[in-house]
Amino acid sequence: MLTVDKKEYWRWEESRWLSADMDNPRDGLITAGVDVGSTSTQAVVTVDGEIYCYANVRTGNNSPDSARNAMDYALGQTDLTLDDIRFCVGTGYGRVNVPFADKAVTEITCHAKGANYMYGPTARTLLDMGGQDCKAILCNETGKVLSFAMNEKCAAGTGRGMEVIADLLGVHVEDIGDMSLSVSEEPQGLNNTCVVYAKSEAIAKMRLGWTREMVLAAYCQAMAERVVRLINRNGVIPDFAITGGIAKNKGVVRRIERLLGVEALKTNWDTQIAGALGAALVAKRTYERKGKK
Amino acid sequence: MIANYGYEDGAGQYFISIDTDLCVVCEKKPCVEVCEHGVYSIEEDDWDDEVVVVVESKKLSLSDLCAACKHEKKEACLAACPAGALVHSW
Repeated sequence: MLTVDKKEYWRWEESRWLSADMDNPRDGLITAGVDVGSTSTQAVVTVDGEIYCYANVRTGNNSPDSARNAMDYALGQTDLTLDDIRFCVGTGYGRVNVPFADKAVTEITCHAKGANYMYGPTARTLLDMGGQDCKAILCNETGKVLSFAMNEKCAAGTGRGMEVIADLLGVHVEDIGDMSLSVSEEPQGLNNTCVVYAKSEAIAKMRLGWTREMVLAAYCQAMAERVVRLINRNGVIPDFAITGGIAKNKGVVRRIERLLGVEALKTNWDTQIAGALGAALVAKRTYERKGKK
Repeated sequence: MIANYGYEDGAGQYFISIDTDLCVVCEKKPCVEVCEHGVYSIEEDDWDDEVVVVVESKKLSLSDLCAACKHEKKEACLAACPAGALVHSW
């Protein structure tokens, strides 16, 4: 036998959710949002502006299929079909490729709207840490964007970078946060957040005798420093909130909080659905104003 | 809204900031014409307002595209903008 089975440590769980409180969704205005991201795709269905169901799946190699897949997975737990959805908005980098969307809206607008719902009107400074880009947004209390900055030049400070480090160290991506916080003394951040260079730097550190926990702490720190520079382009108005997959990584969140000197708001919602949720809310507003195009 | 287009890489931060509240009331939007590299274009934003944006395909090579203007310290776009809506970070 050549090798033992290689585990895929970067793999995160796909999930879906259905509201237990809404019995007759067809009595209300049903709108939907689909966020086709580089790494994950979400579909959220809202009824009168409240979340009815959602799904969070991995993006495949084709945006239309990923969008359909996410929507089918979300609707699969209900007795609704695509025809019940009065207006659907596509967002994310694959937004123009959502075949059943009535409109495409930028992810900046959608994330602000979604975070406004998830975290409430006090959330003014938002950080969305996606699979392959990172967005810092300032918004007002209604979720309208006041300013934004986005870094999409490289995968530094993104979910994909975290996945690569998880695979290198053989640590499940969900466990990175806790492990990185278990160090007795905080090491200096890695110099490189570029995924390729950070990987070689991590290997070099391990050769020097660093534990996996220390390498993870140093990587989370480097990532936090990187995104804080992006946040500071806009400035910080409290409260502060994080959306996207990395909001689930305590190791990065705690270090960003330390650097900014503010605590991030907490939510029970899945932080990855912010974009699709915002899209569903924009869909509701658009439908009420203009009807279906 | 202040829209920051650009990136940070190993060499520094290269962002063009456009204040869309100032930009939307400018009728002629002369910055689009004066830029030799076609960095800017006019687009309808999510609120159906016409504003200037940095072209998608140019967004990630601003330090190269703007190098000549920067070298002579004569940024045509900044000089042309009557509303003071444009700011460069470098």
